[in-house]
This record gives sequence, C-alpha cells and structure tokens, in this order.
Amino acid sequence: MITMKTMTINLNVWRQENSDAPGKMVPYTVEDVSPDMSFLEMLDHLNESLMKKGETPIEFDSDCREGICGACGLVIAGIAHGPKRACTSCELRMRQFRDGDTITVEPFRAKAFPVIKDLVVDRSAFDRIMEKGGYISVHTGSAPDANTMPISKEVAEKAMDAATCIGCGACVAACPNASASLFTSAKIAQYVYLPQGAPERKRRALSMVQQMDVEGFGYCSNHGECEAVCPKEISIKNIALMRREYVKAALDAGCFQP
Amino acid sequence: MDAQKILDARIPDGSLEAKWSTYKAHMKLVAPANKKKYTILVVGTGLAGGSAAASLAELGYNVLNFCIQDTPRRAHSVAAQGGINAAKNYQNDGDSEWRLFYDTIKGGDFRSREANVHRLAELSVNIIDQCVAQGVPFAREYGGTLANRSFGGAQVSRTFYARGQTGQQLLLGAYSALMRQVDSGRVTLFPRREMLDLVIIDGKARGIICRNLTTGKLERYVGHAVVLATGGYSTVFNLSTNAVNSNATAIWRCYKRGAFFANPCYTQIHPTCIPQAGGYQSKLTLMSESLRNDGRVWVPKKTGDGRPPEQIPQEERDYYLERKYPAFGNLVPRDIASRAAKSVCDEGLGVGATGFAVYLDFADAIKRMGELIIRDRYGNLFSMYEEITGNDPYTVPMQIYPAPHYTMGGLWVDYNLMSTIPGLHVIGEANFSDHGANRLGASALMQGLADGYFVIPYTLGDYLAHENFSDASITHESFKQSATEIQNDINKLLSIQGKKSAKEYHVELGRVMWDHVGMSRTEKGLKKAMGNIQEIREEYWQNLYIPGASTLNKDLEMAGRVADFLELAALMAQDALQRNESCGGHFREEYQTPDGEALRDDETFSHVAAWEYAGSSKPVLHKEKLVFENVTPGQRSYK
Repeated sequence: MITMKTMTINLNVWRQENSDAPGKMVPYTVEDVSPDMSFLEMLDHLNESLMKKGETPIEFDSDCREGICGACGLVIAGIAHGPKRACTSCELRMRQFRDGDTITVEPFRAKAFPVIKDLVVDRSAFDRIMEKGGYISVHTGSAPDANTMPISKEVAEKAMDAATCIGCGACVAACPNASASLFTSAKIAQYVYLPQGAPERKRRALSMVQQMDVEGFGYCSNHGECEAVCPKEISIKNIALMRREYVKAALDAGCFQP
Repeated sequence: MDAQKILDARIPDGSLEAKWSTYKAHMKLVAPANKKKYTILVVGTGLAGGSAAASLAELGYNVLNFCIQDTPRRAHSVAAQGGINAAKNYQNDGDSEWRLFYDTIKGGDFRSREANVHRLAELSVNIIDQCVAQGVPFAREYGGTLANRSFGGAQVSRTFYARGQTGQQLLLGAYSALMRQVDSGRVTLFPRREMLDLVIIDGKARGIICRNLTTGKLERYVGHAVVLATGGYSTVFNLSTNAVNSNATAIWRCYKRGAFFANPCYTQIHPTCIPQAGGYQSKLTLMSESLRNDGRVWVPKKTGDGRPPEQIPQEERDYYLERKYPAFGNLVPRDIASRAAKSVCDEGLGVGATGFAVYLDFADAIKRMGELIIRDRYGNLFSMYEEITGNDPYTVPMQIYPAPHYTMGGLWVDYNLMSTIPGLHVIGEANFSDHGANRLGASALMQGLADGYFVIPYTLGDYLAHENFSDASITHESFKQSATEIQNDINKLLSIQGKKSAKEYHVELGRVMWDHVGMSRTEKGLKKAMGNIQEIREEYWQNLYIPGASTLNKDLEMAGRVADFLELAALMAQDALQRNESCGGHFREEYQTPDGEALRDDETFSHVAAWEYAGSSKPVLHKEKLVFENVTPGQRSYK
C-alpha cells in the first residue's frame, strides 16, 4: 500500500493576484512527491516549500477532500479535474503521473466563473440558477407520510443518478461554450423523474434555463465534453430531457407565437 | 456564581412522551405580521444551519445565513455516507419511538438528557416525511416503499439511505429549501465568511463579526438572535474525517464570550476509516459504518503473521467482534468497535504496512449474495477505497483503522437549544445535547435536521416573544470593541513572522491529542498532554509564520483556527482528566471492567460537565445533574 519511491513533478500554474490583475503561467518544480499523495496534497506540499522560501502560496479551493463537496476544481493537464475519469481533483492521486512529468494547472475558466485569485473562481452563478426553481416548494412540517406515494426502485435510481451532481462546475470548464446545461439539467431531471416534482415542472424548466442565460453561460451544442469530465458521470441525456421540458413548457406558456 | 441556577435545562414538566407536545402547546408565539421585524443570524449551512435558515424564513423571519464555503451546498454534512435513523418501523421489526430513544440513551452510555433524546426520537419520523416531500431520492424496494438498513448499536433496521451519499442528498434537500427562501427574499446568503466573534448587547447575543474571506475585511452583522450551526471540532486532532476547513473557531469565540462548553472530552473515534499512510496526508477518509452490515472484521490469530490475507485459513483468523460480542457482532457501537481495533493492534495483531489496521472482509458476503448486490449497496465506497489505496476491495479485504470523526461535546444548551448567553442558540454537532458520551451511527443527520427543521423554529420564536429588544446597530460600542480586538489578533498573528507554518503546529498538536487525548486516556498521559499543549502554544505565538497579508489568504485563516485549537485542546484534556470514569468515547484506562469495557461511576459523574471561561484563570466547572426517570442506567452490554 505504501509506495516508497518518490517523483519529481514539474508544474505550470496559473497565478493571478486578484480578479482585475492579469494572470500568467508560472513554472514550479515539486520534489519528493509520493505516488500515494492526492493532487491537492502535492499542491499543499509545494505551498509549504514556497512558504519556506518566502514566496506566496498558490490559492485553491478545497474542503472535504473525498470527492463529495464539489469545492475543488482545477484544470489539470488541460482536463477539468485531470486525466482520470469520474474523479475530482482532490481524489486524483499522483500515481496517475510519471516521474519528471510536466503538468499545467489552471482554474475552471468561464465568463460566468470570474477568477478571484490564482485557482479560486466564483461559482455563485450556480446558486442563482438553483434559486430559480431548483427545489420543490414544501413547507417544513406539511409533508404526508413518506410511504404514502410509492416510487419504483428504477425511477428512484434514475432520480438519484441525476441528484448525485456535486456542483463543482467541471462541466462548464470543459465546455467550449461554457454552458451550464449539464448542471442545470441534472436538477431538472431529478424532479422530472420524481412525482413530487410534478406540480412545478414547467415553471422550473422555464426559469432555471432562463437564469443560465442571464448568468452568461453559453448554449449547449452537443460536444459531450461535460459528460466526459463529470466526476459523478452525469449523463448528457439529462440535457436532452431538459430541452424537451423547456420546449413543452414554453409552448404551453405561449412563448412560441406564430 | 450560582451554578445550579445558570444550568437550568428548562425541561418541561409532564411525562417523557408528553414533554414536547406540552411545550409546543404552551410556548409563546410571535404574530405572523411581526416576524419580519426580527432578524436572525444563522451561522453555518449544513444540515442544522441550512434547515434552520430555510424553516425560519418560511415562518416569515428575516434570515442572514453565513458559511465559510463558496456556497451553502458544500457544508461538511455533505460527506455523511451511511444514513439517517427514524423510528418508522416500516420493516415491522419491532421499532418504536421508545426503542430509538432507548438505543440512543444506551448508545450514549447514559450521559445524555432523557427529554432531549426522546424529542429526537419523536421527530425522527417527521424528518423522513419532510425529506421525501422535498425530492430526496432515498433507496427504495421494488414495490416502491422506502428501504432500510442496519447500523451499529441497534437490533432493528431503521436507517434510511441514499446509496453511500445520504448526507449529500439530505443536505441538497435542505439547500433546495434554503435557495427557495433566498429567491423569496427572506434569506440573504453570505458565503466565504468566517465568524470570528459574537457581539453581546445588554446581555443578549445581538450580532456577529465575520471576516470576509475574499477581501479580508471584517464585517459586522446585527440581529435579534444568533443561531450557531458550525459543526464539531474533530480537526483539533489535525487528521480526522472532517473537511480541511472544519474548525472550532465560532464555538470557541462564543465560549470566550461566556457560553459554557459542555463535555469537551466526549469525542468519537470512528472505527472504519482508511488507515494513515504518510506524513503528507491532509485528512483521513471514512468508510461508512454501513459496511459492517456485510463486512466481517478480523485479524490473524498469530502475532506478526506476514502472509497476505487470502493465504490465512479461516481457523487462523480471529473475527474478534463476533467472538467478543455475539449478540451484536460486527454491528457493535462505534466506541466499542474502535477500542477493540486498537486493542488487537496494540497486542501486535494488526495488519498492513504500519501494523495499525484490521481487515474488513467482504469475501463471505460476495460468496453469499454475489458481487452485483454488494456493488449495488457499496459501489461508490468501494471505488473511493480503491482510488485512495490502489487496492480492489472486491478481491482483497479492506484495511481499516479508527480515526477522529465526530464530537459529542459542544456548547451547552438547554432544552430550547439556547446556550448560557441569552439569544445564542446552538444546533447540530456544535451543541452537546443528544448523544451523551457516544453517538450511534446515522444519528448525526437525524439530530442536525431535527434541530433545524423542527426544534429551533419553535423554541426561537418562544425566546423572541418573551424578550424586549433595545435598538441595536453595528455602530454600537460592543461592535466597535469586538472588531478592534479581532483586528488586533489578526495583526498580531501576521506580525510574528517566525519560522514555522500553522500547519506544522497543527500536526504537532494533532499528534499530542491522538496519543494522549484520543481513544484511550490516562491521568499521566493527560497531564503530559496539557504540558505539551502549553509548550506548543507558547512557541506558536513566538515563531509562527504566515505568508501574505490579510486578503484572500488561506494560511491566515488556518492560523486563527489553530490558535483556537490550541486553547480548546487544553480544555479537552482538562475535562478528560477530571472525569475519573470511563464512558462511551471517553475511555480512561484506570477505569475499566475486568474484560476491558468502560466502567462508569454514576455516583460521582452522572452529570454534564460545563466549563465557563475565566480569562487568564482556570476555567470554572459547573455541573448539570442528569436525572433518569424512565430508564435505569446499567452496564452497557452488547454481548
């Protein structure tokens, strides 16, 4: 389990003082990298050594470090969350790389995700999309017994597959259009599958999609990059479903008058 | 000071089953039109904070909600894996509110309040209803009803779950309710804010000082009450299953403003975590307790048996939990499973590179049920394990070892979840209220949501309706004074310019805590720890180095948290030292039964130890006597 051999890793890291300052790639060499380290532990290790040299450490977001909170998000070697499929930046291990490799590290770039500092970006646009319908309106205390409405195992599993989104934003970072369609569609799909979501179905589809545009996310043009980098392997089929939902709701609301 | 008067838990009269309904029937209400005139500051957006903020806003209060993450959806509740208990008795296996109450009281080793725990059991059923209505996709049977699994310390199947991501799904449920209220304008979110002080005006909690983690500026917020939901303090051990930003600063600063800190020595070391591998590690990863439903825990019978697990025949394996605790087997409570693992490893029977690990083996379960069913139940946990260790648990037994996970101790609160500072309410893991000396699995999610959805909306209203509030604004003298003190502390930390990082000190502190204030404690060890902590603390304020300035600076954030951990650690050791008994997660080697189980001393220690900050003097110990009218504390037996 413990691998004794260590590696030397060369990094090119995006450094940017604040949202207004211009940024640039800065090269670093990290010695004594254990293959069992996570990518972020490798950056911790680099930061400790930068500190010893009196240099400013690299800022990046992370919290749970077990792939569930969605706080971390780096474009590693040109890929959001790095080269391993279905894996967040914090779960990525250095054994994925070889001694002497040069790796670029960049923030999740998108118009709607402005850089705050170095690798830290502002993803609050996602919260504002959720505000516009990413919920079922039920007051605390007003719920019927949980088994009143049976939901088949298959349906519950489909809803869970969509609900597993961690809101990291890799889908946006990977998309050539910086579209938030995978993120938004995952939430819409969860509530389409579950009967509890039915009463607000149309309203939700219209307002969440509209908010994506307001935030400056691009349109989906079916590249599929989002699905490829999603650490929770959320399917692009959700986007197709979201579009159907949106068109149906828009027709109903009379948005497409001749 | 009259300790008895201060520590009035304000438990309602009447029979155990009637207390909560009696309370609700007689509490004072705030008129609907008046609710919007009250501003509530909710700190934290996890299961407790998120559900409280949403529910209070639904009622019509004006809520300001703060979190250190960039969005409320990332609070560390998100990482809870296994499940949430509820006394639904959907399995027809004899569960009831009484049984959940009794299991929780017994699981906590008879060191919690009867009234609080019974209320928790009553509310457990409402939580499941609420979450299902919100669209939480719990696991289901083919017939469409909700599925359950078993957890430690119970002989019924009452745990509801959503794969190995129950915390995530419940948190996203609370987050969705919260975002609905943000849209309605009744909740204002303040992400990337760290609470650094509580502001008290006319003896009441009326405000907080936050550091804006993006700009580094101090910000002042005023309201009519403060609800603290900032989680536990396991990261005092440095390596724990908590998130890297989880910290004790908010509760610690409230303690220093006068809130009593209860049972700081009650910490939970979770039995099934991925063992430590190297000095570079930033955290330890939990493997859900649900794995013990199907996994069997064992070590070789022979010390120093270096053979790979598959070459060790059945008769040379010791399935020590099944042997020692035949009634509960692998599903004994966490404190017992952890100590058992420690004791076999201390005997030299441990496995893995360091000898500090035991096997959790799924071979029998896979043989019996097939890999598909196991994959369905634990797939994401198995892949997480493989990701970290590089080993495939479908073919090789997992290696696990205990790690700090949860803290039962926290700020003292009465039945209404209010601390000793009027207006400061504390909910979820941040308070001490429901788990006694040991928390059972799948009970943390239950408590967080019970407090947030179903308790605080009532009890906070009662408080507001009873009080008269003076006009207060952020220019009040108390705000100025507090902001000045906090700014001075930050300046002082930045000005030390020594040689060692906050992280290095955190590692040192963690080692002391793990060695002497961890799974097993002795008088000698605790005294040694207190000395060591003092030395580290003195050096910290002389030799700390923080790069950069007070802008977005995670090293500065960390430095403030470690400074607080160094103080909290001393209180934990002191509390552990005065509690001359063993109970739940607090195991003093001097006090054990002949077969090595925890030996309580109910005569002397059937109380909550609540500590009052006394500046440069020693903290003052107050006691809240625990009264058992409905259950008889006995020697906990899982045999």
